[in-house]
Amino acid sequence: MFKKEQIIKGVSASPGIAIGKAYVISDDVFKVEKRIIKDADLSEEIKNLETALLKTKREIVDIQSKMAKEMGSNYADIFDVQLMLLEDRVLLEEIIERLRKELLGVEYIFFDVLKKYKRALEKLNDPYLKERAQDVNDFGKRVLKNLTGKDASHIKELRNKAIIVTHDLSPSEAAVLNPEYVLGLVTESGGSTTHTAIMAKSFEIPAVVGTGSIIMGNIEMDDSLIIDGSRGIIIVNPHQATLKEYEAKKNKVDEKFLNLLKFKDLKSQTKDGVSIKIMANIELSHEVKSAINHGADGIGLYRTEYLYLNRSDLPSEEEQYQAYKLVTLQMASHIVIIRTLDLGGDKLVSQLDMSYELNPFLGWRAIRFCLARPAIFKVQLRAILRASVHGNLQIMFPMISSIEEMEEALKIVDEVMQDLDKEEIPHNKDVKIGAMIETPSVAMTCDHFKGKADFFSIGTNDLIQYTIAVDRINEKIAYLYDPAHPGVLRLIENIIQKSSENNIPVGMCGEMAGETIYLPLLLGLGLRYFSVSPLIIPELKLVASSLTLDQAKEIAREVMSFSSREKIRQYLSLKLKEILGSDYEELIEV
Amino acid sequence: MKLEKRIKVISKQGLHARPAAMFVEVANRFVSRIKVAKGELVVDGKSILNILMLGVECSEEIVLQIEGEDAQEAMGVLEDIITRKDV
Repeated sequence: MFKKEQIIKGVSASPGIAIGKAYVISDDVFKVEKRIIKDADLSEEIKNLETALLKTKREIVDIQSKMAKEMGSNYADIFDVQLMLLEDRVLLEEIIERLRKELLGVEYIFFDVLKKYKRALEKLNDPYLKERAQDVNDFGKRVLKNLTGKDASHIKELRNKAIIVTHDLSPSEAAVLNPEYVLGLVTESGGSTTHTAIMAKSFEIPAVVGTGSIIMGNIEMDDSLIIDGSRGIIIVNPHQATLKEYEAKKNKVDEKFLNLLKFKDLKSQTKDGVSIKIMANIELSHEVKSAINHGADGIGLYRTEYLYLNRSDLPSEEEQYQAYKLVTLQMASHIVIIRTLDLGGDKLVSQLDMSYELNPFLGWRAIRFCLARPAIFKVQLRAILRASVHGNLQIMFPMISSIEEMEEALKIVDEVMQDLDKEEIPHNKDVKIGAMIETPSVAMTCDHFKGKADFFSIGTNDLIQYTIAVDRINEKIAYLYDPAHPGVLRLIENIIQKSSENNIPVGMCGEMAGETIYLPLLLGLGLRYFSVSPLIIPELKLVASSLTLDQAKEIAREVMSFSSREKIRQYLSLKLKEILGSDYEELIEV
Repeated sequence: MKLEKRIKVISKQGLHARPAAMFVEVANRFVSRIKVAKGELVVDGKSILNILMLGVECSEEIVLQIEGEDAQEAMGVLEDIITRKDV
């Protein structure tokens, strides 16, 4: 049958192009086969449900008591709703009544009833209540597993390379996926910080999320699909011409990265031998492999939020220690900078009792949250400090906005070190501790941090948002977000200058560091540490080794005299072309 | 005994997760039938699902309808929960 080409918009979650057939996992776990039963089976069905509920209760109580021990009962309370659902008479009566009336398998009735409540909760206006739909969902999954003994088994059936299309991918479902078979990922729900997005990025699988309900009627099993992960679009049943266009584009991108790989072992230095460090940003420990394969001089940003996201409990000290240790050991003597928990803003976690805020980016997040919840903060710090004996590990605090916050955070590190001393647990007492510069307030006062911060790392994504007062998620004003804004550049210049006057090494780990055109400017301004997505490292090495420091300084001088963003960008891309010569056409511009 | 009382919810999270859980847990300790009404909607006060679905926010008014031998005591304790600021 001829099918029409159709373009669906979503949110870009992981860049790249994927072309292939759709493997549709229809609906979430709330889809269970109908099974016809007889009157005589009724009591057996009800007994099965009761057994499953009991088993689930034991599981939840176990997790809860474990959490209460580690975190205090406040945090264990988040399971209260799930425990009460287990004993909800109204729910149970409704299920039993429908069982009798419809004579269908108990698992089907149970999930059909829960689905109804989940959907209803999702429709409520109150964001806090909406989140309870997640409780109902978690609860449903636990009971289903105990009712049927199945746990996301449908996904294991993937035997050919395909693009996965689904409502949502839970961590346990994602865990059984074989990345080799997954060409791309599309999910109806979610934003760029969901588990799916993080997984996809770390495996370098193109992904588009948050498409809204597309599966019903729009995409069917084995439909031909194109995913443009960078632009956040999906093309269903593309025309021959569209397909050709994307195949060519994909080949060109693949070829570019393949060609660039030959520069991965270049020394990170300018043409005249000024040495710099080009490190990798990672989120999951297995990404270390990619960092090493792309020639990273270290891990300049190890985000730890992943450990906390998409789960109903908090990661234990041991779990965190193992993750940090794994990364540190693999990087041997190279720097590994672990950023402490940076939640809030667009990343909310229900188990941390963070609630909806009107201005989340100006709200209770990152270090502000950690200082207010030292019990949670200390678990992470203990894990990091324990891992610090395994290599060159450093600690970085996110979203520092004043010297007092830095001092308070350092005090907590001190307390944790004393505890470890008392318990005779080895740790590196001289571990380097730095701060991210994401707020204009710290950008203007970084000299005050002398003796307090061992290093700085500029987080450009937030720094730009706060400097220009622009929410880049808001489509109507996203065009205002621009690293080339002269106000942003002056702030960065000030940070680098004041930090080096005070002998505080300064780096950059925001997206701006990974945009090749800015490298000559940043080098010229005096930046020496860069941390970027692993894929981009070879490209940066090539650019750095193609110009001298004097050239870079000249470029910086010129740029800092411009008032127009447009002119700055034009000038920088012109300079990049000059620097790279014939390499430019072949490697950079795709 | 049958009691009915109109109450303004003061708990700052309305009848959300924790306050709701506490309300339902306590409600289940009584033998009386406990109904909660908001506008036209009347639900079972012993069901967490029903209470959540009611979507009661802070400073909204609800009506507690309690019928049974321990109604008096239940009314006192439940009113206390939904009018406590710290919950």
